[in-house]
Amino acid sequence: MESNLTNEGAAAHIQAQFGAAVVSVDMPYDMLTMEIAAERMHDVIEWIRSDAELQIGFLTLLGGVHYPNDKGREFAMVYHLHSWTKNFRIRLKAFLPAENPSIATLTDLYDGANWMEREAYDFFGIQFNGHPNLVRILNEDSMDYFPMRKEYHLEDETREDKDDRYFGR
Amino acid sequence: MSTFKEDSAYDMPHVGLSNETIDGDIATLNLGPTHPATHGIFQNILQVDGEKILSSEQTVGYIHRAFEKLAERRPYNQITPITDRLNYCSSPINNIGWHMTVEKLIGAEIPKRVDYMRVIVMELARIADHLICNSVIGVDTGALTGFTYLFQEREKIYELYEEICGARLTTNVGRIGGFERDFSPEFHRKLEDFFRTFPKVFNEFDSLLSRNRIFMDRTRGAGPISVERALNYGFVGPNLRAAGLDYDVRVMNPYSSYEDFDFSIPVGVAGDTYDRFMVRQEEIRQSLKIIEQAWKNLPEGSYKADIPEFYLPPKEEVYNNMEALIYHFKIVMGETPIPAGEVYHSVEGGNGELGYYLISDGGRSPYRLQFRRPCFIYYQAYPEMIIGQTISDAVLTLSSMNVIAGELDA
Repeated sequence: MESNLTNEGAAAHIQAQFGAAVVSVDMPYDMLTMEIAAERMHDVIEWIRSDAELQIGFLTLLGGVHYPNDKGREFAMVYHLHSWTKNFRIRLKAFLPAENPSIATLTDLYDGANWMEREAYDFFGIQFNGHPNLVRILNEDSMDYFPMRKEYHLEDETREDKDDRYFGR
Repeated sequence: MSTFKEDSAYDMPHVGLSNETIDGDIATLNLGPTHPATHGIFQNILQVDGEKILSSEQTVGYIHRAFEKLAERRPYNQITPITDRLNYCSSPINNIGWHMTVEKLIGAEIPKRVDYMRVIVMELARIADHLICNSVIGVDTGALTGFTYLFQEREKIYELYEEICGARLTTNVGRIGGFERDFSPEFHRKLEDFFRTFPKVFNEFDSLLSRNRIFMDRTRGAGPISVERALNYGFVGPNLRAAGLDYDVRVMNPYSSYEDFDFSIPVGVAGDTYDRFMVRQEEIRQSLKIIEQAWKNLPEGSYKADIPEFYLPPKEEVYNNMEALIYHFKIVMGETPIPAGEVYHSVEGGNGELGYYLISDGGRSPYRLQFRRPCFIYYQAYPEMIIGQTISDAVLTLSSMNVIAGELDA
């Protein structure tokens, strides 16, 4: 399938619609990556689905990333979307502060977002406003921390027989 | 919790169950977590009125092994064994998908021969994956015979894996940059043998079920989903194609030289168990066609890319050659510099688009690695597909969706 949509064209098209909500545009490894203000993320995803020029209507993946040293932007929510009619992929990011990592849910647009958002909550503690059932999914319910956050090391920190400088991060 | 749907769009006219409860006597039934009919560890708490399912609540995560966390502490080459354990019915596709993700990150140039070898291995894996799924659909409808026939052939595919990498189930096949060795003469002999016997056995299996009146009555209309709902739920792979949409990563975003091969994408119409079965049957034939083309036209050249910083040198050289020793040490200790960046790469796994989202900060292990596990995303639709159906259809629907616990729970 030939795509007549270019990264630059799509970026300009989205920027023309949302203006300042588009914080930055990048194209690592030829994939359009845009940072969107968190409060507009839902609107952008809704709009790119219905816009005739983009028709980006398949939610491929969503998930969190933790950047503990980035003050005020400790959590990132990364959305991968795909237009099957134009064969065009896009990656949208929103950064959230550690005090209140919350973003609007996509469950009203994509039913498939339900479990992926529960997973992001389970791993990182990101709150999805409007999610119908935001509870843990893979870990047990009584767990009292969010294990994918960087402060939780994979191995027991009191171990002395392994030196982290030689074995992983 | 999904609730009882009042409209009868998903009802089966041939079973003719009423939408109204007869005596208001509703029972709760645990389907799973450990039951032979679930083919994995899944729990479904069903509310049933007689045989008819009114609601279903799912519990997943029984074999969650924190792969994404584990990956943040492992060097890149040590992540391959983790991917084995996602969809363990087609491990080589997971392995090779991961290798290609890293190759994309480091910008490695891959020889054509490696591409073709990978295609052969991946299509063998697809056949093995679909064989399990389809023969198990047979078992769940009460036809054990076909299962025993096909498992002999699946054994031959596992022997082929053994010939390539020495392992069978969790294959850890290949390396970043290619394969550890070229296909052996024994591999070619066994593949020839497979081509001689498999089509015959497969056709016999096909003739046992595909146009079998009992099987068709049993599977048609069981666990259907419309293409719109399937898309909304993020369906991919054979399950989506059974609903009528021909999305296939191999065609949409060709990788590993898939654009060189001539094959077609089968699609269904009803999105029910029968269509899922038939789509997988046809995909097996198409996979055979691809393997044949790749095998006949296997290009000359090296079975590995020229990336000594990432590809382990041969053991003899490590003992006799200073450079090889240094590379060996750096790779094993995870000291090879990796570019910082982020990539998303996807392959057509046994269950559809299997994606890898990798963020590297230049460290020895990924900063973040997220797997797009197709099972995890489409298994959400299960309650919607079985509400209004019978318990026995729920079992069939589960096996025809090919939900693999390893991939579901990561």
